Formats: sequence, C-alpha cells, structure tokens
Amino acid sequence: MKKLMLGNEAVARGAYEAGVTVASAYPGTPSTEITEFIAKYDDIYAEWAPNEKVALEVAIGASFGGARAVCAMKHVGLNVAADPLFTVSYTGVNGGLVICVADDPGMHSSQNEQDSRNYALAAKVPMLEPSDSQECKDYMIKALEISEQFDTPVILRLTTRISHSSSIVELKDREAVPLKPYKKDFGKHVMMPAMARKRHVIVEERMKKLALYAEETELNKIVWGSTDIGVITSGISYQYSKEAFGDASFLKLGMIYPLPEKLIKEFASRVKTLYVIEELDPFIETFLKKIGVNCIGKEKLPVIGEYSAALLRGKLLEEDTAGDNENHGDVPARPPVLCPGCPHRGVFYTLKKNKLTVLGDIGCYTLGALPPLESMDTCVCMGASIGMAHGIEKARGSDFARKTVAVIGDSTFIHSGITGLIDIVYNKGTSTVIIVDNSTTGMTGHQDNPCTGITLKGELTRQVDLVKLCHAIGVERVRVCDPFDLDEFDRVVREETSSDEPSVIIAQRPCALLKSVKYGGLVRVNADLCRYCKVCMRLGCPAIVDTGEGITINDALCGGCNLCISVCRFNAFEKAGDSNA
Amino acid sequence: MRNLSILIAGVGGQGTLLTSQVLGAAAMKAGYDVKMSEVHGMAQRGGSVVTYVRIGKNVNSPVIEKGRADILLCFEKLEALRWIDYAKEDGTVIVNDQRIDPMPVIIGSVKYPEGVIEKLSARFPNVLPVKALDAARELGNIKVLNIVMLGLMAKNTDIPVETWHEAIRETVKEKFVDLNIKAFDKGYQMAV
Repeated sequence: MKKLMLGNEAVARGAYEAGVTVASAYPGTPSTEITEFIAKYDDIYAEWAPNEKVALEVAIGASFGGARAVCAMKHVGLNVAADPLFTVSYTGVNGGLVICVADDPGMHSSQNEQDSRNYALAAKVPMLEPSDSQECKDYMIKALEISEQFDTPVILRLTTRISHSSSIVELKDREAVPLKPYKKDFGKHVMMPAMARKRHVIVEERMKKLALYAEETELNKIVWGSTDIGVITSGISYQYSKEAFGDASFLKLGMIYPLPEKLIKEFASRVKTLYVIEELDPFIETFLKKIGVNCIGKEKLPVIGEYSAALLRGKLLEEDTAGDNENHGDVPARPPVLCPGCPHRGVFYTLKKNKLTVLGDIGCYTLGALPPLESMDTCVCMGASIGMAHGIEKARGSDFARKTVAVIGDSTFIHSGITGLIDIVYNKGTSTVIIVDNSTTGMTGHQDNPCTGITLKGELTRQVDLVKLCHAIGVERVRVCDPFDLDEFDRVVREETSSDEPSVIIAQRPCALLKSVKYGGLVRVNADLCRYCKVCMRLGCPAIVDTGEGITINDALCGGCNLCISVCRFNAFEKAGDSNA
Repeated sequence: MRNLSILIAGVGGQGTLLTSQVLGAAAMKAGYDVKMSEVHGMAQRGGSVVTYVRIGKNVNSPVIEKGRADILLCFEKLEALRWIDYAKEDGTVIVNDQRIDPMPVIIGSVKYPEGVIEKLSARFPNVLPVKALDAARELGNIKVLNIVMLGLMAKNTDIPVETWHEAIRETVKEKFVDLNIKAFDKGYQMAV
C-alpha cells in the first residue's frame, strides 16, 4: 500500500514498522509531528517529556531495558539533550536507540541555524540523513539495525524541507521485535571514570568499524551519469542537485557520519569537476579537504539559509536565474502576529504601558516583541528569561529589577524555567516572573504538557500545580490573574515588580484557538462614539482596522474576545453578533 | 500526464495546508508522483503561508522556484502580489478578491497597495479574480473558501471530480466532509 506522507509521518511509520515500543519527545518545529504520528500507533508507548534531555533519558532507559526506542527534537533541543547524548555514546545500547533531530536551515521557526551534523562528530555517534519521505521510513528502520549491530545510539538527521515535505511512501507491516533481556552490566552502564576510560577505547574502535561499514552500505550510493560534473551531497540538497544537474554523476550519502573515505576518493577520481553540495556548515567538504580531495563547495555556496535548484544553477553554473527566492520586492511584509483573542495580548499591552524591561522566552508570546506591542527585550533560548532577569538584576541592581520582568510560557517554564527560578530564590534575587499560562503548548500546534493534565495519548493525568510548585521552591509571592482583566492585571504587575522579594504572576487564560474557548459574539464599532484616538490600535489586534478615516472591525478575523471593549474609554466598541471563531 | 507546479499562498489560518493536502491526495490517487512542501510553527500565526505542490511522472525537489509555477492559488490579494514572481509567464493566477491587512498596514507604517488585481493582470494574461469569501458565506462557513478555490483550480488538471471527492473524504474531518464537497463543487462549477 502506498501513502502520501509528511517526512515526519514517515519517520513515525519507520519506528512502527521496526517494532519500536517506546518514544519520548519534547515538541519543537520542525520535529513535532514525528511523535504526534507515533502516538497514533497503539503498539507504541509515546509521551511528551518536560524537555529534550528527559526525553532522551527515557529513551536510553527503554533501550537499556531491552526495547527499541526513539526520541525526537528540533536542533536546539539536541543542545538540551547533549549531556546524555555524549555519554550514551559510551554506554552503547541494548534495544536499538535512535535520536531524531530536525534542523531548520532558513530559520522558518527557530532562534538559530545550527548544523546538528557537528554533534555526530563531537559525540562519536553515527548519523543518517534521508532525502524524501520514503527514505525517512527506510532510514529509521536502518538506523535501529545499525544501533543494535554496532551497539551505539544513531542520530537520524532531518531538515525542515524533509520533515515538512510530503512524498509517496510504500507501507509494510510491523515487525514484532521481542524485548531483549535486561542485564545488569556495571562496566557498560555505570560511567564512572574507571569504566568510562575503558568504554572510550571501545567507542573509538566502534567508529573505525562504522567507517568500514560506510564504505559498503547501500545507504551511500553512486548514480553514474556524465562524468564532467560529479556531485557529493545528501538530504534535501540531493533533490535540489538532481534538479539542477540532472545528467551529472552523484554520490548520494545516506550515512553522513562517519564518511566513506575510499568511496569518496574513487568517485572523485572519476569526475572532472567535483561539487560538494550541503546546506549550512561545510561538514562533508571539511572531510574531503582532510583526506586530500579537491572540491568546490563553500567557496561558491552559502553557509547561510536554504538552498534551491535555482541557487545551485546560479552559483555553480553561473546561469541567470530568477533571483533570490526570498525577495518579494516592495510588497508589505506579513509577519506572524498574536492571534485575535490571544491571552498574551493583555499581558504585553500592560507591560508596555508600564514601560518595563522584559526578558522574554520561546513560544507564541515571543511575538510580543513585534510592533505595535514591542514589549519584549530579549529572546535567547528555552527558559533563558528567568536566569537572564536574575543576571540583569545582579548587574544593574534592585532598582533596575523593579522595572524588569521575565515572561515565560507554562510549557517553557516546565521545560527549563524552574531551575532559573530556584536560582533567584537561592541567590536572593527580587525578580518578578510572569508565567503566561495558556493551558497548552501553543506555537508548536497545541501539544499537551505537564500543566494541562492530559497525556500525549489523550489520557487524564495529574496536573502540575504551578502555584504550589512556586511556593515549594521558596517563592512566597505567587499571584494568579486574568490578563484580560486589564485593571487588575496592571495593579498586580505594579505591586509585584515593586516588591523586594521574588514573585511569580501566573497570567491565566487559555489559548484562543483551543476548542474549549468560546467567546460570544463579534464586536463592532459604533462610529458615533469613536473619537478615533487609536488607543485600540496599541493592542496590535489583526481584526482592528484603521481605514484612515476611522476604526472598523474585520469580522472575518474578530474572535469576540472583547479586549478592545476594555481599552476603549469612549465605549465605541459593542457586541454585534455571532462569532466566526 | 502533465507536470504541474502549484503554489498555494494565503494568510495563516486560511487553510493553506489543508488545501495542499487535498490536492496532493487527489493527485496521488490519479497516479501522479507528488511532492509537497509546507512550513509550520512561527510562520503560521497570521503570517504569510505558502505551500508548494508539484505533481508529475517523477518529481525531485518539493520546492517551486521563481518563474516556474503553472498555477498560483492565492487566498488573499496581497499574498498573490507577494508570490507573483513564482508564476510562469503563461501561468494561471487564481486570486481570492479579499483583503486582510498585515500588521505593518494595521499600525500604519505602510499602505496596502491599491489596484492589486489590475497590477497582476497587467503582468499576467491569465489572472482569475474570485469572490470566494462570498461563495463560502453562501455555504454557511467562511472557512471553506479555500476548498471553493481548490474546486475552481481543479478544472486546470486532468484529475476527475470523483477523485477529488475521495481525496476530500480522506483528508477532511468527517463532520466537515459534506460541507467541503459542496464547497469544492461550487468552485468547480463557478464561471469566471
């Protein structure tokens, strides 16, 4: 049977067919759907972990326990999971263990453009990279086999254009893989220095064996065409290269670490001009230079952003192509915005009004940094808002801290905000932390998390009580407030920022896109009452339109949340009728 | 079997992804190789959203490049203007005659361009403006404007109507299947 599948869905299918029984992940674009699709298979236990480090540790535990296990994350998630990664490389596995990591060249939805292939090299772990959905499935299965054959975790590396592209996949049945026996193994599983020293020797031997395997495996294949041009490539760059140089010869690398020295040398010796085509860092190219193979790569191709067939034709064949894919001339930009009805709008409206310095974090609410709300000063990584608020207080003093808040989402707070808050309490900070609790993980598409009381499989579970949690770690001032109650929220923010001890404000209102949220009725403008003062425009609501002569509501967008009614001093907004939302 | 590159553009929330999924499913049923590319996450929050669908005998890249789209299916006027360079000279541009102001326009830092349809028509011979929002309203749900437009676009392919219906049944949530099939048919029968 054939099915059109998203790359991420095909990765999940591969896990299913290969008999995986445990999966753990933290959502992150573009990796999220891997685990969502895995969760649809009743034969696989799947969960959202609080963060990527925990997800990998769960998968390691399952592997030691004899099961085939996978975890999934976006590129920056692998930074969080790097600690267990580097040591599970030493311990090896019992059941097959695959770590899926999705890079985001072009930064469609990320804070940096790191190339995770460097982790394979640094952690001494083999890495495979598929170039379409069929390969996503096949390589997942192959990765589990390699993992067990060589006693190593394996990384399956994806990029946005692989994860979020669809192509046709041939489906097969699930293979029943029996649970391997669990054996206590001090020398292999307890990485104290004496044992780790011995394991490091084994890791180096393993990498040599894998390098030999790379020469033979069908994951790396040569497709001969004209020998005038030879292309060494992998992943999505293979598809762009095929399109740009259809009749050239290709060495397509499915296994990108370790690389096959002999195969590369043989291929290089038989082509006139050799190109290495890879997005981001010169990972393959650096290896070629090391083994003395001349090639054209980053001297002509960028280390920034995504490639395309047009870019390759332009840069390598010097063809006149239609130009930069991302350039849209002088058409007004349409940046992402907080949705109509978004609870975060009330938070940022208040923070801007109070002219606060806002240490921000990662989530939908990062959009509060954009005009007209423009009330977020920083965004670095998951959880950073809280540690940074503490740091800026220690640098600039407690007077500055009284005009400063950290803003972090509920899911992000659980991911890695808690430790920052403990730091504030422990080290006598006075910061105010606003946890914007919208009852979901919004940006990645509404995943449940430990605060929602529902598991990935849709079962009810215990809910983390944020108030009790903050109390337990020593924050005495914890306030819960609805950010759409603008007067009350403003008062709470002013009280808590002026207090000289740590405080937490939980801004509680569910995401407007959740099915449970029903705002009643659209809003309209009473033109007789509107003084055209434009205070409502400060909300940055996409449904409020300034026509140049007055204010109107776009009823195709209005969610009926009534926030505009709250900010208008002239009562010019009124309820009109049924909501579309 | 024609090779077709179809670029679908809209504003986050207009159903661009669903449209490409129905299109991809229908093309596969009709025996085409299919590659599609979409972008999730930050790009979806009311921002400009584009998906690429390429069908043919054998498709490599899932991405469409400038000047190479046979069809542009645009759910909003400004988005048509944004992606117009992607159309072939003789490509078909189907554009929903609806205006949704982006934030820079809302806050007054730039103006929404005037005469978008006229600008498009001046450059491309095959521009089809559609009042898809009105059509969807007549069906009782403005959200199906995407499928109305898909129905209109479907006439440019050799995929039979019944295959499209099957694709809708498989892709859309069960309780919305009838509505979406009606929307598709309305678009398919629309005179432009």
